[in-house]
Amino acid sequence: MSESYALKTGDNGTVAIQLIGRIDHHGAARLLKQLQGEVKQREPKQVTVDLNRVTFFDDFGLLVLFQLRDHLNKQEVPFRLVQPPPKVAEILARTSFDDPDMCSPLPHAHRDNTVVRLGAATIQFYNSLNFVISFLGSVILAMLHVIRHPRDLRVGDTIVLMQKVGVDALPIVAMISFLLGLIMAFVSSMQLEQFGASIFVARLVALAMVSELGPIMTAIVVAGRSGSAFAAEIGTMRISDEIDALFTMGFSPTLFLAVPRILAAMIMVPLLTLFSDIFAIAGGMVISVSMMNLTVATYIDQTLKALTLFELMWGLMKSVVFAALIAWVGCLRGFQVRGGSSEVGNAATSAVVSGIFLIILFDSIFAVIRSYW
Amino acid sequence: MENNDRTIIEVRDLEARYGETTILKDVNIDVRAGEILAVIGGSGCGKTTLLKHMVGLSRPYGGHITIDGIDITNGDEKSFARALRKIGILFQGGALFSSMTIAENVALPLRAFTDLPPDAVGTLVRMKLCSVDLGGYEHHLPSELSGGMIKRAALARSLALNPEILFLDEPTAGLDPVISAEIEALIMRINHQFRTTMIIITHSLDIIYEVAHRVVMLDKSAKGIIAQGDPKELRRSSPNAVVRQFFNRQANLSKRSTWQP
Ligand SMILES: Nc1ncnc2c1ncn2[C@@H]1O[C@H](COP(=O)(O)OP(=O)(O)OP(=O)(O)O)[C@@H](O)[C@H]1O
Ligand SMILES: [Mg+2]
Repeated sequence: MSESYALKTGDNGTVAIQLIGRIDHHGAARLLKQLQGEVKQREPKQVTVDLNRVTFFDDFGLLVLFQLRDHLNKQEVPFRLVQPPPKVAEILARTSFDDPDMCSPLPHAHRDNTVVRLGAATIQFYNSLNFVISFLGSVILAMLHVIRHPRDLRVGDTIVLMQKVGVDALPIVAMISFLLGLIMAFVSSMQLEQFGASIFVARLVALAMVSELGPIMTAIVVAGRSGSAFAAEIGTMRISDEIDALFTMGFSPTLFLAVPRILAAMIMVPLLTLFSDIFAIAGGMVISVSMMNLTVATYIDQTLKALTLFELMWGLMKSVVFAALIAWVGCLRGFQVRGGSSEVGNAATSAVVSGIFLIILFDSIFAVIRSYW
Repeated sequence: MENNDRTIIEVRDLEARYGETTILKDVNIDVRAGEILAVIGGSGCGKTTLLKHMVGLSRPYGGHITIDGIDITNGDEKSFARALRKIGILFQGGALFSSMTIAENVALPLRAFTDLPPDAVGTLVRMKLCSVDLGGYEHHLPSELSGGMIKRAALARSLALNPEILFLDEPTAGLDPVISAEIEALIMRINHQFRTTMIIITHSLDIIYEVAHRVVMLDKSAKGIIAQGDPKELRRSSPNAVVRQFFNRQANLSKRSTWQP
């Protein structure tokens, strides 16, 4: 606030500006605006700036001078500095103030044209496809290796991961499934009651849950919780050179990091799915018993009649496949991270999106297989 | 240096790129067995890049690298794995596994590649950690250590299996002078006792003058090696101004300045 200036207009259109006090980053912007305003208003033939009463001068002061000179140059008004005090002169000399190129703003970042960018994107897509395929191969080889040499599996890690993927997800899976069962029973009972067929609510909930919704819903929850976590963990390890360290120490990063995660998911997700089925059936039962005068025994009896062992196994088999897909794509996104921490966030997001996409894609494939059985 | 002139690492016409940008070209280095080679040069000139190529973490755009006769640029996976077993690396940022304690980090290679019983591994881990002055921190996680302590723990890990060849990326950067001197002494002792070949990336004039037998100097604008040889010799009589400037610690005076009466 302490800087200011004095202005004198001479007879032949010369405006003499005397800068006074501190010129620093607090007031530079305001000072510049004021000076430009003055210049605009007075339309001078020539401007001189006197720095002899300045008490503090740094590059913000320089910036004011640069910008003022630039502004005047555009209107073809000559700009002149009154002989500055020695210390200011030193600063001016060091920035080669008299060189007009010195105050040019940053050049804009170079942008390639559309064709070049399209080409680059294609090459990048091809490379990432390459990476995806080789990662798939490396995971399959590592899995086969573990089957042949079970001692190379990192058992401790796998158990910790099983807890994270499975046990820790149980409350949320149980709650969502229970509510899902409630909703399904409620909605379907309103329709079925019209035909006096509300007893079939039990069958509907059981079949829909065990063969379709249970595996899908559990897989989506796991993709959100664990798929993203895998991508973030591995991505962070990438950017801090931990993966490189593993590799140079003679460990296979796939065997070390991906296999325990994929295995843990493949073991725990079917179990979670089983719980999900049970909780949904319980939810359906609550509605049926409380709102439709079914007894618990009838409900359970109807449920068991509808379910076959094949149906149950089919659902669980699907959930094993979903688990492998989610965990695989989570690890893949992690290993694909290049660069900085923002990439880790992108990888986590992408792990969830790709995970859900793969779940739906493979569920459709299973449906097609089923229909041509 | 001992008069053993066997070349243990050979870098031939290396060209390194990131995307379209060439970082290094025409790099030729012969590292002799048992020597301490300092790789020096301004920040961002490609020292870490050179290291990543020398250990096979990045594929060169052109040229060859062999470690103890094994071509790591074109060789098959088995022989590459054999080459990796000979080397230890201290990464610039430490690269400790953040989910493991310091002791587990050091123990990892020992458990995987030796048949020592757990007790013996534990003892060895303590010895390694004490040698970098980290006794008592065995059960800390990397996130609970300071930057310099992480560097030292990572050094202990790279020393775990007493590798034949040791790559150290700025081993004393960010350490206080006392610890730096201890690390330097440790490096010299290991080199002396085990005749470990060492490639040390560094900015420390102490390491360059007191520890290294030979230096390779990289330069950003030359995109490669601008000087190679005995540091004291280079300081005295290099024809290259950039080299003399580096050794004599001359600064390019900054243009930013402030004045207050
Ligand atoms: N992953 C990457 N992608 C693109 N460019 C990179 C990458 N890593 C490094 N570079 C570029 O390569 C050059 C050399 O980097 P490098 O890390 O090898 O430098 P350095 O000599 O180790 O520097 P310092 O002493 O600061 O560690 C830098 O100019 C940097 O911009
Ligand atoms: Mg570096």
